Amino acid sequence: MKSLKAVFFSALFMVGNSAAQADEVVVYSARNEQLIKPLFDAYTKETGVQIKFVTDKEGPLMARLKAEGRNTPADVFMTVDAGNLWQAAREDLLKPVNSKVLAANIPEHLRDPGNEWFGLSVRARTVVYNRNKVKAGELGAYEDLANPKWKARLCLRTSKKVYNQSLVGMMMSEHGEDKTEQIVRGWVANLATDPFPDDTKAMEAVAAGLCDVTVVNTYYFGRLIEKKPDLPLAIFWPNQNLKNKAAGVHVNISGAGVTRHAKHEAAAIKLLEWLSSEKAQNLYADVNLEYPANPKVKADATVAAWGAFKPNLINVAQAGALQAKAVMLMDRAGYK
Amino acid sequence: MRAPGGFGPWTAAIGLALLSLIPVAVVASAMLHPDQTLWDHLWRHVLPELLVNTFWLALGVGLGVTLLGTGLAWLTAACEFPGRKFFSWALLLPLALPAYVTAFVWIGLLDFTGALPTWLRENWGIAQLPPIRSRGGVILVMVLALYPYVYLTARAAFQGQGRRLLEAAQSLGVSRRRAFFRIALPMARPGIVAGLSLALMETLADFGTVSVFNYNTFTTAIYQAWFSMFSLPAASQLATLLICFVLALVMLEQLSRNSRNYATSARGGGGARRIVLGGANALMATTAAGLVFLLAFVIPMAQLLSWTYAIVATDLDIRYLDFAWHSLLLAAFGATLVVALALTLAYAQRQRPTPAMQFTARLATIGYALPGAVLAVGFYIPVAGLDNLLINAWHDSTGQEIGQIFGGTLAVMLLAYCTRFLAVGFGPVETGLARITRSMDEAAQVLGTTGLKRLFRVHLPMLRAPLLAATALAFVDIMKELPITLMTRPFGWDTLATRVFEMTSEGEWERAALPAVAICLVGLLPIFFLVKHSDART
Repeated sequence: MKSLKAVFFSALFMVGNSAAQADEVVVYSARNEQLIKPLFDAYTKETGVQIKFVTDKEGPLMARLKAEGRNTPADVFMTVDAGNLWQAAREDLLKPVNSKVLAANIPEHLRDPGNEWFGLSVRARTVVYNRNKVKAGELGAYEDLANPKWKARLCLRTSKKVYNQSLVGMMMSEHGEDKTEQIVRGWVANLATDPFPDDTKAMEAVAAGLCDVTVVNTYYFGRLIEKKPDLPLAIFWPNQNLKNKAAGVHVNISGAGVTRHAKHEAAAIKLLEWLSSEKAQNLYADVNLEYPANPKVKADATVAAWGAFKPNLINVAQAGALQAKAVMLMDRAGYK
Repeated sequence: MRAPGGFGPWTAAIGLALLSLIPVAVVASAMLHPDQTLWDHLWRHVLPELLVNTFWLALGVGLGVTLLGTGLAWLTAACEFPGRKFFSWALLLPLALPAYVTAFVWIGLLDFTGALPTWLRENWGIAQLPPIRSRGGVILVMVLALYPYVYLTARAAFQGQGRRLLEAAQSLGVSRRRAFFRIALPMARPGIVAGLSLALMETLADFGTVSVFNYNTFTTAIYQAWFSMFSLPAASQLATLLICFVLALVMLEQLSRNSRNYATSARGGGGARRIVLGGANALMATTAAGLVFLLAFVIPMAQLLSWTYAIVATDLDIRYLDFAWHSLLLAAFGATLVVALALTLAYAQRQRPTPAMQFTARLATIGYALPGAVLAVGFYIPVAGLDNLLINAWHDSTGQEIGQIFGGTLAVMLLAYCTRFLAVGFGPVETGLARITRSMDEAAQVLGTTGLKRLFRVHLPMLRAPLLAATALAFVDIMKELPITLMTRPFGWDTLATRVFEMTSEGEWERAALPAVAICLVGLLPIFFLVKHSDART
């Protein structure tokens, strides 16, 4: 075993991140270690390129990129929502990538119009209900949950979570601010209990009969059902029958972009291209029961069993552009 | 004039204060650029609620930790009852559990879908318990998580004052109860207040626990402005308000304390007798201590262990040795550095106890009241700025590209811990120093022991207990710390705390139990050490 002193002092005084090495990519990731490490290991095995990464929340990672400026060691910035990627692009922390591979693999509504970031997996936010108390036919759109017939039957996760912010942002781009605020006020009026800190708790409350219906990301549903298959819960795909472009299930993305001052730009682009490829997409999405962003790739069998749905095709960048406004709207409407 | 201490107390204190003030100043500099629309919104829709919420939370937690911490400290330090020896260290254990983990466990157990309400509903038809996700619930859980700060510092104070004064009072006909309230309690006030300040600053800076409860406070608004509305300036402005508020409170307390002298020469020594509780009193003491221990530690730990049992086979791997090793190393070196700096600052203050000096010391320790991620950014911005300066200068003179120099090194990480946790070291050390009488200094001087020699030969041996307490607190706090660790750790330097983060940030709380239990196991080391050595002398 190396002596304590040797380990410690080398790390203490040696330059932490020596100057750019060839054959490596440095990633700042808000996507968890257990979700990305298997991918990075597979990539290194296949290409020999080493990947160094560090995880944190998006906000601190962006503040860090900004502070480090052109001397940042990071080549790739990775998040679990579109809003933060949009913000990174706005702060000029990312650079446009012109890649035919990425353009072919990732549908237009799941990437930045300016090509500064790309969705790599899809996170669908849908309705989950109690099978014993609600018939699927009673459900329709997210907007319908504001109907008084759901009085004291609705459970929601807190408005602090980005997925609710992007859902409301998307509704704003479709209905405008006033109508959206009315809908959100309707939701709040229908709540059976204070908003929950996470999706799982909201679903458990539906299963226990405290309320009848909630709105969650599908992978939380997948995880919960895997652990407790007997819960009387089912997925409903909302907003399927509307005719306009905005119709469809609200989707967010987990995605990535190349940093403005990347030292290994070419290698970083190669990594993103590989992540969007058919062989990597399953590994990327399936580990967390998400949907692949590449339409040529089929979702995991568990996920596919929930049925097909029509996603909302408005560009996910809209969620970022409207996020701050969505938060203010929810504050005004009393959605905690 | 140079102070008799001989090592320029002003220089030391100002140097330290400046160091830990840098991140605070960076955060406060955002005040220069207010965002009008955002502030209008915050004033109208966010601030009213969060001010009320923060007020009640601080008041509730403050009262709760003072009562619980002081009461339990008196019982274990001055009384004798069945189980006293066990409880005297066991009551410190909740320190090793991150508060937000305890919060998650309690909500899981007591919310509508939890085990207890479900059982009551199905077997007894009791429809609803008082809701755990409420103001009362968050206060209760935070009191259970934070009372050990007061317990630890109050206990040291009671131990230090000895029982001779009390015995003298009783021989003069003062009742035991009156003696406690008129003598023991007032004399222990600096110790109690030191612990209370730490608990309150921790409460105000807390984000994890209140978000599990979805209870809106200053901190949640700070993070909402930053993470959701993408306005780090607005977040920093809110944080600056919070800091001003804390500073005002701290100065008020300081003013009310200044006129008094808490030094005592009547030390307990080995001969002091404990108050032996009998009959109903003994039973009540054991029950109270047992109940607190059960709620604050045993039940949360049992839940964590049962979650750990379910996932340990798949999640525990060889890397955990590294995680634990990293945590241990950072906490040990970090705590040592924190306490060394705290001692310097407290000693400088003792040498020159002017109001300006006291204000400087308070400022230097204010970082503890800032939400962790805000402090981390405030710290990282100047570090990265310095790096950029050096890298660019190097590039201009040699034409070579080099990587970061300070960013991503352990030295920077440890320094960041100091800016956050100086308060944790300073509180116990300051109160410890205040108990050493001036006459003792003078006696030492007459015998020719001055300056550093006096510090090492006279003061340090008498500061053993407070130094141990400060080290243990800082150690455990660094073990649990997240935002600074996440932002400043070198590549690959994951710790047990960052493992908890990886799991909880995607909502996998059950899987977070394994690293949380591991934190607890490693965190036990200094607690055992502390108790073994601080009790040896009483």
